[in-house]
Amino acid sequence: MRNLIYILQKEFLLIFRDRTILRLIFIMPVMQLLLIPLAADYEVKHISIAVVDQDHSSESQRLVQKVGASNYFRIVATPADYAEATRLVEAGRTDLILTIPPHFSRVLATTGHASLQLAADAVNGVRAGLGTTYALAMVREFQSELHPSPKLAGGGVPLIEVTTASWYNPHVYYPAFMVPGLLAVLVTMVGAFLSSLNIVQEKEAGTIEQINVTPIRKYEFVLGKLIPFWVLGLLSITIGMVVAKLAFGLWPAGSFLTIYVFAALYLVGVLGIGLFISTLTDTQQQATLLSFFIMMIFVLLSGLYTPIESMPRWAQHIAAFNPPSYFVEVIRGVYIKGSTLRDLLPTLIRLAGFALVFNTLAVWSYRKRSS
Amino acid sequence: MSATAQSDSAVRVEGLCKSYVKDGSPALSDLSFEVGKGELFGLIGPDGAGKTTLIRILTTLLLADRGTASVQGLDVVKDFRSIRRLVGYMPGRFSLYQDLSVAENLAFFATVFGTTVEANYHLVADIYQQLEPFRDRLAGKLSGGMKQKLALCCALIHAPSVLFLDEPTTGVDPVSRKDFWGMLGRLRDSGITILVSTPYMDEAARCDRIALLQHGKIIAMDSLAAMLASHATETFAVRGERPFAILQDLRAYPGTRYCFAFGQEHHLVLHHDAGGPAAASAYLRERGHGEVGIRRIEPNIEDVFIGLMHEQSKELRGQAASELGHE
Repeated sequence: MRNLIYILQKEFLLIFRDRTILRLIFIMPVMQLLLIPLAADYEVKHISIAVVDQDHSSESQRLVQKVGASNYFRIVATPADYAEATRLVEAGRTDLILTIPPHFSRVLATTGHASLQLAADAVNGVRAGLGTTYALAMVREFQSELHPSPKLAGGGVPLIEVTTASWYNPHVYYPAFMVPGLLAVLVTMVGAFLSSLNIVQEKEAGTIEQINVTPIRKYEFVLGKLIPFWVLGLLSITIGMVVAKLAFGLWPAGSFLTIYVFAALYLVGVLGIGLFISTLTDTQQQATLLSFFIMMIFVLLSGLYTPIESMPRWAQHIAAFNPPSYFVEVIRGVYIKGSTLRDLLPTLIRLAGFALVFNTLAVWSYRKRSS
Repeated sequence: MSATAQSDSAVRVEGLCKSYVKDGSPALSDLSFEVGKGELFGLIGPDGAGKTTLIRILTTLLLADRGTASVQGLDVVKDFRSIRRLVGYMPGRFSLYQDLSVAENLAFFATVFGTTVEANYHLVADIYQQLEPFRDRLAGKLSGGMKQKLALCCALIHAPSVLFLDEPTTGVDPVSRKDFWGMLGRLRDSGITILVSTPYMDEAARCDRIALLQHGKIIAMDSLAAMLASHATETFAVRGERPFAILQDLRAYPGTRYCFAFGQEHHLVLHHDAGGPAAASAYLRERGHGEVGIRRIEPNIEDVFIGLMHEQSKELRGQAASELGHE
């Protein structure tokens, strides 16, 4: 065990001498946390819309003004007819076409029913879908403005108004949702991939040969590799939380203790994954490629970008075995909802299970390959 | 020198076999030998002869398929942990931490063996003095010769009783090589048993005993002098205008036992009934090689090695000359 202290000294010395690793550990959290939440905002704003107003009534003018005044839409053109508008879509200049047919207001006034046409460029499905939804909401609003009270509208269909409330994140502030998820990804990167690269580096450089003829025991070597990255993982989540506070004003609603308990346990699991990767590969190049592949699956099935609940059933089953998905859930829970250790106990047990499974796998594979 | 008694042997190998690929040619086949305590023992052979495999088995890094091996009376399989405390190993490839300085590398390897640089400084003082000016330089930034010296220091700092060196002088300049062998000689004099492998035949002269290794087998083992005496056959050096054509013609000559290129010349060994150098010279003139000088030489270790290989297998004839390093 005394050897472990010397190995740790050496490891930390080497890590602090490796500028690339240091930069990765300090700059990666900052860059990821600053860029991704701002770029990966699901709220689609400034959807370009072309309005074909064939009615030219005061009502249609009001509708066009309403659309134009909203934050969501940008009226890029007001073509004279629908054919001209479709050319704008083809040219990629507009996402949506709102057509107000002739006699719209007259028909509306006389019969109480009138139609509008909304067409969307669905090449970008997200913009098309959200754009249509926003436009419909706007038309509903417009409708209720025309008939301020269902009772007064006399004979009109009573409107059902739905009020929504976003719990825990009342303003649906996207960084509040993305940043905690990114913290989880960050810890995964440091724990699983930097650690595996580091072990493989010793193989590649041949230094492991020299270590193997010393009285250093295998477990000492492995612990000597994993402990520094466990510490670095905790350091990177700490840096990440500071950045989240400074850049987005985000602070966990729950306790730091919960976050660190989970991070510490989760890191043990991902370090096991890192060790496992290192036993499967001989060069840093192989390790990088394998890590990249695993990371893609980790992130895509973590629920960071796409809610797991909206995935197909089979993908949900896979996600159930994806450790980052639990950690993402935990960090979000603690940050946004203020979940406590007690609330998250089932997840804690699952993460402990992962840690056990991956480390057993890694140790088994390590033994088998280095007889 | 004959086989030493068991109690005196630092390394003992019996019937060692190792294959890397199933049905492939073995890396080691039925290898047996002993190295006496305090001996400087050289394993000499071309690349692929099995030198590294043998050293890796003896340093407990690799398991043999069959056979037994012991170091200082300890079995390499059962007692591998005790062996690791007793031996120093310098792999063929530089394997110290390139991002640690000279002093840090040495201190690290001292501490993991439970000792300190100060406690064993006397062992490495001779070598380390040359490294002292660079003690704070990163190991990766040292020259080839300096790297070898540092690796030797790191292999010695825990005061091993047996030192295994795998091609320590490959890729090192001639002056540093000479230096390095001087150090090995002094270490041997201080009582450390040394087993060193090398592809360079000229280094055989520095060893107490050598084993010539070819295709995983020892084809000869003795002191250099004894080996030269017992295996020496009448050898001629042939020199002429068109060396390559001469070599081909000599190989086609019925009186030739074997012939191989050696620097600017060719070394030639004739059958006993071939009529001696005069007949060979006449044959070459007949083939249109005007002025050809043939003179008798004292065979060196390389001549002995190639002669032995020739005895083993005729097919090896052409291959051997090209595989052997002769610097």
